[in-house]
Amino acid sequence: MKKFKEWVASSSFSSVSASIGAILVGLLLGLIILIITNPSQAFPAFFTILSGGFTNGIKGLGNVLYYSTPLILTGLSVGFAFKTGLFNIGASGQMVVGGFVAILIGVRCEFLGSSLWIVALLGAILAGALWALIPGIFKALFNVHEVISSIMMNYIGMYLVNMLIVKYIFDSIRNQSMIVAESAVMPKLGLDTLTNGSSLNSGFLIAILFVIVTYIILNKTVFGYELIACGFNQEASKYAGIKAKRNVVLAMVIAGALAGAAGGLMYLAGSGQRIMVVDILLSEGFMGIPIALLGLSNPIGIFFSAIFIGHIKVGGFYMQLYDFVPDIIDIMISVIIYFSAFALMVKGVIGFLLKKQKRKKEKSQRQKNGGKVE
Amino acid sequence: MNILYFLVQQTMFFSIPLLVVALGGMFSERSGVVNIALEGIMIIGAFTSVMTIRLLQDTMQGQGLLLIALAVASLSGMIYSLLHAYASINMKSDQVISGTALNMFAPAFAIFVARIYQGTKDIQFTNTFRIKSVPLLGEIPIVGQLLFQNAYITTYIGIAILIISSIVLYKTKFGLRLRACGENPQAADSVGVNVYGMRYSGVLISGALAGLGGLIFVVPTSSGFGATVSGYGFLALAVMIFGQWKPNRILFAAFFFGFMKTVSAAYSGIPFLRDLDISGGVYKMMPYIITLVVLALSSKKSQSPRAAGTPYDVGKR
Repeated sequence: MKKFKEWVASSSFSSVSASIGAILVGLLLGLIILIITNPSQAFPAFFTILSGGFTNGIKGLGNVLYYSTPLILTGLSVGFAFKTGLFNIGASGQMVVGGFVAILIGVRCEFLGSSLWIVALLGAILAGALWALIPGIFKALFNVHEVISSIMMNYIGMYLVNMLIVKYIFDSIRNQSMIVAESAVMPKLGLDTLTNGSSLNSGFLIAILFVIVTYIILNKTVFGYELIACGFNQEASKYAGIKAKRNVVLAMVIAGALAGAAGGLMYLAGSGQRIMVVDILLSEGFMGIPIALLGLSNPIGIFFSAIFIGHIKVGGFYMQLYDFVPDIIDIMISVIIYFSAFALMVKGVIGFLLKKQKRKKEKSQRQKNGGKVE
Repeated sequence: MNILYFLVQQTMFFSIPLLVVALGGMFSERSGVVNIALEGIMIIGAFTSVMTIRLLQDTMQGQGLLLIALAVASLSGMIYSLLHAYASINMKSDQVISGTALNMFAPAFAIFVARIYQGTKDIQFTNTFRIKSVPLLGEIPIVGQLLFQNAYITTYIGIAILIISSIVLYKTKFGLRLRACGENPQAADSVGVNVYGMRYSGVLISGALAGLGGLIFVVPTSSGFGATVSGYGFLALAVMIFGQWKPNRILFAAFFFGFMKTVSAAYSGIPFLRDLDISGGVYKMMPYIITLVVLALSSKKSQSPRAAGTPYDVGKR
């Protein structure tokens, strides 16, 4: 109990409650919009969103986890960069480049046999890392803000991938990339039958592995400590002998590798995901931003917030039964982002209230002791 | 010659929205607030104004309707940008996060409302706004054909906005104060400039111009709006940087990027470019690659407003 109280008074409690507050505001606004558009169906629709995958039993749950798999990785990508004080808005581009390389290997390198999917996934990771290397170098050498260069890299990646798909792996009938070979599909490991025929596969386990690895890098290694120190104060960490520039580049590269892995896991899942040749950025990459914010950039927090986002996304899909448009989920998520941007302010307010309460308590304690100072 | 006319006219259609939106972004950043929400604001502006056109098109047509729609677009953009202003100025939140939220909200909102209103996300409208030939000016040989035929009133509004922006930024007290708030808000505050007020004006101007730009983008190139402006808001951001936050250079950048867009859309119809056998994707990528190169080269003497992106803290010295 005492430990719990200590935790309540700590800053992580106020951050978590800020996240939860943002989620509540987002959900509430969603409910209000539902009520305005169709009062009679609003509540059943809203409960469908909340129950998400559970609407469809164990299969729905499996699909939530399947849908969350790339989201966990993009969340990790954005969160990892956040920890180092970088804003990786380029996860979308890194992801599509990674996905393209995975598909390219998956289609063209069948001779690799049963290890094909591993090679394809590694290719995706490398491609994503390479794509993020450029903003990283730009930041370190030219002091170009990574947000701007990443936005440019997003569009360059999208157009480049579209161009290369048409050139090398084009399914011209459906205007999309070709289907990868059987051996490029990640093994299911019985996860699909376990969840009653959902699309869940070993990609989810790989995502968990990535969560653990990033957690260890950030919290248990000197390198991770240096990265976080750079995030807090670059000048101070330079003074302490940390190679700040090198760390900025490395942090971007790792973030890009994670986003590239997201692309690999998404397109090697073997459930019909393909890159469409359209001039639209992948929304999964941008989803990483709310996920990292809600998860407070902590890998474990990110894991759960990705599943939460996947959960309400699937809920939004089922909500269509009630004749509502699923885009309401994106509205809710954007409201959540907006209010998590206030997190600093909210944290401040909660911290202030807690301090005030503490002071009050101490005062009353003192009065009880007859004004004697302990 | 016909190809030349076509290219110039098309370039206008692509460049003018870029110009207007980039000028908007310039006002916001010059006041010290980074505004990556331009894309979202464009969508909101285009959405509300296309809706207006659709609702009113049975009772009125032509330039009058377009002017009303333009007013709606800029007003709605302005109101929407208030959200960004409030988050980044009063709440001192991360401006990139708030901008991302606005970017995500806008298309979802537009699709949601459109589908509730009419079942599909694409809003169709009848385009009655093309000016076949501007009276008198359209009859000038060559120049008339280039600039005053098959034109839209939005082109001339865009040019007017450029001239006004340039004057406001450099020749008025307001412009000086705005720029001061983007460079050194503490110093501006010390001589009595209302930093919050200036930053609000900067963001609101950017909202109005981005909203306007949304409609200017939609009208000449299509007769429907599908809740997207195809990344023009982000491209405008690139135009602004390429233009180094200066109106005249932004004009140049906008035309350059607009020309690239035109070439990528129409290169297969131009014999000279078709023979080069370069994929359309290359032309599409070009503006972004060039922006990156410019960013790298100009980093040492970048003209970016020094205080852009940092919330104003009265106590900081």
